[in-house]
Amino acid sequence: MAEAILQVRDLVKYFPLTRGIVFKKQIGAVKAVDGVDFDLFQGETLGIVGESGCGKSTVAKLLMRLEEPTAGRILLKGEDITRLSGKALKAVRRNIQMVFQDPYTSLNPRMTVGDIIGEPFEIHPEAAPKGERRRRVQELLDVVGLNPEYINRYPHQFSGGQRQRIGIARGLALNPEIIICDEPVSALDVSIQAQVINLMTRLQKEFNLSYIFIAHDLSIVRHISDRVAVMYLGKIVETGDEEQIYEHPTHPYTQALLSAVPVPDPSRREGRERIILAGDVPSPADIPSGCRFRTRCWKAQERCVVEVPLLAVPPHLRESGGPAAHDSACHFAAERDCAATAG
Amino acid sequence: MPEQLDQPNGRTSTEAVGQAGAGGAMEFAATEAASIGQATGPSARARSLWSDAWHDLRRNPIFIVSALLILFLVLIAIWPQLIATGNPLACDINMSQLGPAPGHPFGFDTQGCDVYTRTVYGARASVTVGVCATAGAALLGSILGGFAGFFGGWWDALLSRISDIFFGIPIILGGLVFLSVVTNTTVWPVVGFIVLLGWPQIARIARGAVITAKQNDYVQAARALGAGPTRMLLRHIAPNAVAPVIVVATIALGTYISLEATLSFLGVGLKPPTVSWGIDISSASTQIRDAPHMLLWPAAALSVTVLAFIMLGDAVRDALDPKLR
Amino acid sequence: MDTLLDVRDLHVEFRTRDGVAKAVNGVNYSVNAGETLAVLGESGSGKSVTAQAIMGILDSPPGHITRGRIFFQGADVLSLHREARRVLRGARMAMIFQDALSALNPVLSVGDQLGEMFVVHRGLSRRDARARAVELMDRVRIPAARQRVGDYPHQFSGGMRQRIMIAMAMALEPDLIIADEPTTALDVTVQAQVMELLAELQREMRMGLILITHDLGVVADVADKIAVMYAGRIVETAPVHQIYQRPAHPYTKGLLDSIPRLDQKGQELYAIKGLPPSLLRIPPGCPFHPRCPMAQEVCRTDEPPLYEVGPKRGSACHFWKETLGG
Repeated sequence: MAEAILQVRDLVKYFPLTRGIVFKKQIGAVKAVDGVDFDLFQGETLGIVGESGCGKSTVAKLLMRLEEPTAGRILLKGEDITRLSGKALKAVRRNIQMVFQDPYTSLNPRMTVGDIIGEPFEIHPEAAPKGERRRRVQELLDVVGLNPEYINRYPHQFSGGQRQRIGIARGLALNPEIIICDEPVSALDVSIQAQVINLMTRLQKEFNLSYIFIAHDLSIVRHISDRVAVMYLGKIVETGDEEQIYEHPTHPYTQALLSAVPVPDPSRREGRERIILAGDVPSPADIPSGCRFRTRCWKAQERCVVEVPLLAVPPHLRESGGPAAHDSACHFAAERDCAATAG
Repeated sequence: MPEQLDQPNGRTSTEAVGQAGAGGAMEFAATEAASIGQATGPSARARSLWSDAWHDLRRNPIFIVSALLILFLVLIAIWPQLIATGNPLACDINMSQLGPAPGHPFGFDTQGCDVYTRTVYGARASVTVGVCATAGAALLGSILGGFAGFFGGWWDALLSRISDIFFGIPIILGGLVFLSVVTNTTVWPVVGFIVLLGWPQIARIARGAVITAKQNDYVQAARALGAGPTRMLLRHIAPNAVAPVIVVATIALGTYISLEATLSFLGVGLKPPTVSWGIDISSASTQIRDAPHMLLWPAAALSVTVLAFIMLGDAVRDALDPKLR
Repeated sequence: MDTLLDVRDLHVEFRTRDGVAKAVNGVNYSVNAGETLAVLGESGSGKSVTAQAIMGILDSPPGHITRGRIFFQGADVLSLHREARRVLRGARMAMIFQDALSALNPVLSVGDQLGEMFVVHRGLSRRDARARAVELMDRVRIPAARQRVGDYPHQFSGGMRQRIMIAMAMALEPDLIIADEPTTALDVTVQAQVMELLAELQREMRMGLILITHDLGVVADVADKIAVMYAGRIVETAPVHQIYQRPAHPYTKGLLDSIPRLDQKGQELYAIKGLPPSLLRIPPGCPFHPRCPMAQEVCRTDEPPLYEVGPKRGSACHFWKETLGG
């Protein structure tokens, strides 16, 4: 796990806000992603959690090069892929694939399952010789736990969970090393979510895949991730391994997020202390100065208004050397017992 | 323990597909009840949305009635001799404005021509203008609208403004001005004029449909796989955007036929010796008190034809409407 | 305690062109004043359809109530006249929907929509109604209510819109509120705020609350008792504390087991095999048997009744003893 397969450096995406039809004038920008850094190692799962509008889905699109980054670099095995285009980009795509959130809109309703899973081979003919494609598609169906005889059926004949398996099979077709999963189970029924999570875990081991797993469900992210990054308003506010984030969070936002997760255990409802954040997430077009979380933070002080906290191990926690010593973008980072809430 | 699958055994169970539609993010609702039945039992065949639509259409009485009517119209447009043995241009002025007579069930017009024969032969002009104008407008409109929707940006802005200009032209006034200078007596100037003024309507629909289809995740998925714009447009967007265009074009066909009749009525559309319902209605209208039968038959033929195409469009819309699926 | 709502043997079916979808098949439950009943189920379990039947907002056709009775404060509402039903709705029972944006009228300001309730049901003047609207918005803790009363729904955030929905439901101080997935569309931190508000108002006003959800976590925090639904039936009912510790139905047990837990990190999650059944073809016998690890021959043939498995507890499983024990 030593080699970083994917490195992201200072990734930025602003969507300009314009006014006027003929003479467009930029009046501002939605800062969807505002300087994000992380590494993804071979064979691991990096979970990215955050609420809607925090920019986590935009990160996925930037990594897939479905959106053009405003600034920053994406390195795949040391090679900068941020500005690639044409043939070179197409080659890179064989290595990074994506699983989408909504199994109802991510499959073309006019194509059969065989055509959907076989399309990667049509786009990259070198990946499988023509005569072998049908067999490859059937293999893939088998791998994701679907009957290979379903090859001629259409997506609307499948349930949500089965469709998501089809989407996963399409993602696997080109033997990528990295799969970006954007909320892959949030549209599925509770009893089906576990099936799909198990499938993804099994495939990861079988094909030595690296996952970036984007979700808002903290307990699922915890189950599947080795490391976790918490995003708020376009920035990572805390990152560390699964235990550091869930057992020893030091950023107030992470703490609030964890304490807000409903726990399926009524015997704990009296005992635990919940942090109820005030207000809503500010608009990404109008990000607060200094620490972007300060408007909802109970610890906010004068310093938070003027000074942007950096994502680093807080100096006062570094000496301890314990699990609390991990990257946290807060001036007043400190542990607080919020009782393993997502357990 | 082997992995728990959606179905008890990945290889043999067809049961699970039979149950497709029962899952999903939404709570069971009336609209979903319809989709539950889509996969009908373990023996469910592979059915595309088109064959599903066809399946629906075949059971829709409105479709059957309108399709039979249109089939009949097309047949007599091609071979009017099938049901009319006379010559629409062979007239006997002595019979002017006479009522029905043996062999002449609809009577005679002012020139003494057989109204029945002329009504039958009039279908040709109407159907030709309707079909050709619709084909032209649909082709031009979907190409221009499709590109505008797909590429967006200034290309879209330019096309939208151009189509706004065409929308601004009052259609009758435009016809009077444009067609009155044309001396050609074939149907083509009329077809050309209708295409010219009809394409923006189709283009708007096509643009909207392409923009909607473009936003679907499967288009993003294709891009993520490295698909080029041609593949995305032809394989993913066009098949999913074509349904509304077909619906609007079918309904437009009916209105184009009535537009042709209107222009011919005003004397700027088709011109004699071409046989057209519009021309006949025009010449009959002055005699409405003395010989109403001259007006009745071509007008009825026109109304039934327009209605048939509009009904067909409605039926097709019902079958293709994704909201009912 | 007095029973507020009593649903007895309710059957609802949807007649579609593909056949009859049996959405609700003999549901019984009751809610007392001041009590919270959580109805837990996946999509297609019939939990929302039951609520629509209670509220009298079932789309008909294609939906039809084929059997059963619904008593509200002792009166059978299904036999009431349409007009009487309408008065009941809003004034005595109210509903909160999942998607507040589509449940609110986009062309009316929230103040007008809230005030409307008072104009229609209480005959207040526009001005008084407006004042009451501001009061309500204050009550559900919308900041700067007086300034925002003229704003339109799209100008509010998701959490604020859901508060407005709650305010609207509370406006006439109904005796029963049905909340259908009220926090599903919201972010975790906002979810907590909204649930807390709902629970607090419910306590204050001593209303009956039916909370419809698929989330075992949300239920645990606020419910007094739970009804678990599957394929249009109630498969288990119990006071909230007991069901989490010792479920008496394999489906409930499966749902609880499939929640990721700390000590299972890195292991395979427990997953209930198979799919929920199509409502057009509900399996004979126990509807859960094709997915059940404990299924025996009897489960394929005999539909289990809701056995009484303890005080105020029921389980529709032939092998509830084994489930409780194992």
